[in-house]
Amino acid sequence: MEDLKQICADVRADVVTTIGTLGVGHIGGSLSIVDLLVVLYEKHMNIDPKNPNMEGRDRLVVSKGHSGPAVYAMLAHKGFFDKSWLLTLNRSGTNLPSHCDMNRTPGVDMTTGSLGQGFSCAMGVALASKLRGDGATVYTIIGDGESQEGQIWEAAMFGAQKKLDNVIAFTDYNNMQIDGDVSDICDIADLGAKWRAFGWHTIELQNGHDLAAIDAAIVQAKQADKPSMIILKTVKGKGVRFIEEMGFANHSIPMTKEQMEAAIAEIRGE
Amino acid sequence: MEMRQVLCECLDQMMAENENIVVIDADLAKPNGTFPLRKKYPERAIDVGIAEQNMASVAAGMSSYGFIPFITSFTPFASRRICDQIAISIAYAKQNVKIIGSDPGISAEFNGGTHMSMEDVGVLRSIPELVIYEPVDTAQFKQALPQIAAYRGPVYIRMFRKTIDDVFTSPDYRFDLFKADCIQTGEAVTIFCSGLMVQETMKANEILRQEGISAEIINIHTIKPIDRGAVVQSAKKTGAVVVAENHNVIGGLTSAVCEVLMEEYPVPLRAVGVKDRFGQVGKMPFLKEEYHMTAQDVVSAVKEVLKLKK
Repeated sequence: MEDLKQICADVRADVVTTIGTLGVGHIGGSLSIVDLLVVLYEKHMNIDPKNPNMEGRDRLVVSKGHSGPAVYAMLAHKGFFDKSWLLTLNRSGTNLPSHCDMNRTPGVDMTTGSLGQGFSCAMGVALASKLRGDGATVYTIIGDGESQEGQIWEAAMFGAQKKLDNVIAFTDYNNMQIDGDVSDICDIADLGAKWRAFGWHTIELQNGHDLAAIDAAIVQAKQADKPSMIILKTVKGKGVRFIEEMGFANHSIPMTKEQMEAAIAEIRGE
Repeated sequence: MEMRQVLCECLDQMMAENENIVVIDADLAKPNGTFPLRKKYPERAIDVGIAEQNMASVAAGMSSYGFIPFITSFTPFASRRICDQIAISIAYAKQNVKIIGSDPGISAEFNGGTHMSMEDVGVLRSIPELVIYEPVDTAQFKQALPQIAAYRGPVYIRMFRKTIDDVFTSPDYRFDLFKADCIQTGEAVTIFCSGLMVQETMKANEILRQEGISAEIINIHTIKPIDRGAVVQSAKKTGAVVVAENHNVIGGLTSAVCEVLMEEYPVPLRAVGVKDRFGQVGKMPFLKEEYHMTAQDVVSAVKEVLKLKK
């Protein structure tokens, strides 16, 4: 796990560089899923960066599409494209837009950004994989605020009905959304009970940044005979104190060069 | 034969020939005629329940795997209800999903105002890269479905559900998804018509013929992308246009024809269709009268536009 910790630091630093170089971006929700992405890409996903459309590959649908910068840093780390691409985030004509776009970015499996839809798409991908019989696992990440979308629960019923045991989903549960804390705006608690009631194999991690715990939860989810939801209690903006301390205001923030450099130094433990 | 029977038979044949074709219903497989497919193709003909948003996005996910999903509902729920899913999951993501909405416009009859889509074409026409097709009769629909399946990209199909009079009766009739059908050539006026207003236009034609008015009748079955050449060429020839559609005259075929003609060759134009009103319950004869969509209304529009013709 020490190796993975180092990779997490590298990816976090790249997320900060990506957004800091542009000067603005969705930093909070990007930093909160870095640990999950690292465990997925380093330990679980069957993918080939040289052949991003490889048949039978595992898929990842990041339904909270605004976490694009974290996905891009991870994909660049894996070699899907050159790291220099990260500095093009949201620049004119870029292949790295704010929200994930399967037609622009190698390694992105689904276009997302309109919340709730990606999760449904992931159910379609999982059903398709079962029809093909290719043995792929479909990973998908939703937000806690996104869980207020009705479509999430339409898809939840569908996944259970179709016994999509090849789906391993994650909720990035940092309890923050743009207008405030999720529990203050429209609470989703008890989230674990909700997913269990919807027929999903549900695992709740009190520390959604614990690499070993995330890994163990995925190993366990792979054994389930129904779709799995792993709820990760996370910290929005994880890894950079001034961003964490902003609370829900860190959804999308401007960032100066000085802030960027200080944040990277903090991540690197300097 | 009912249009929904054609849909089922064509899908059955296409699913037999192409393992990538799947059908996804949202609890309207019985009214839409697709229910029998699930017996023969239990894995490829599925029902998501009353969850149209999920239906649209699940279809997009399956398309990303190379499948060609046909999703079905009534027109309002296959358009305005899932507008964002069509825009983002399907069209923006470039997914190869075919959306079938049945009971367009006033044809929902006893299901009434909540189930009548006067706006589906208008809503969907402004979504880039989406093809919009409205069949006229069984002969045309039979030829259209395989072309729609073969076309790589999203298509919205605005399907009359039950029995409708045949228009394309010649065995030589050849359909092209992207070419308008000239049903009759004429000199005095062009009538661009779609859906069930083609049948009304054919009835109107009998009256016009008796009165010595020579109408060119063109079926615009594919409202988007509209066959610009056919529209302009006929307008140049006749110099007067009537548009007849089973939809609000705002946003649908009338708007599409006007957009072309205002740019290329403005001529006097009159619209027959729903004049910015909501629907209501009723049988077709009442509804056609109520919304001024009868053959006689087409005749009146022709006479009005002829007065304006220079």
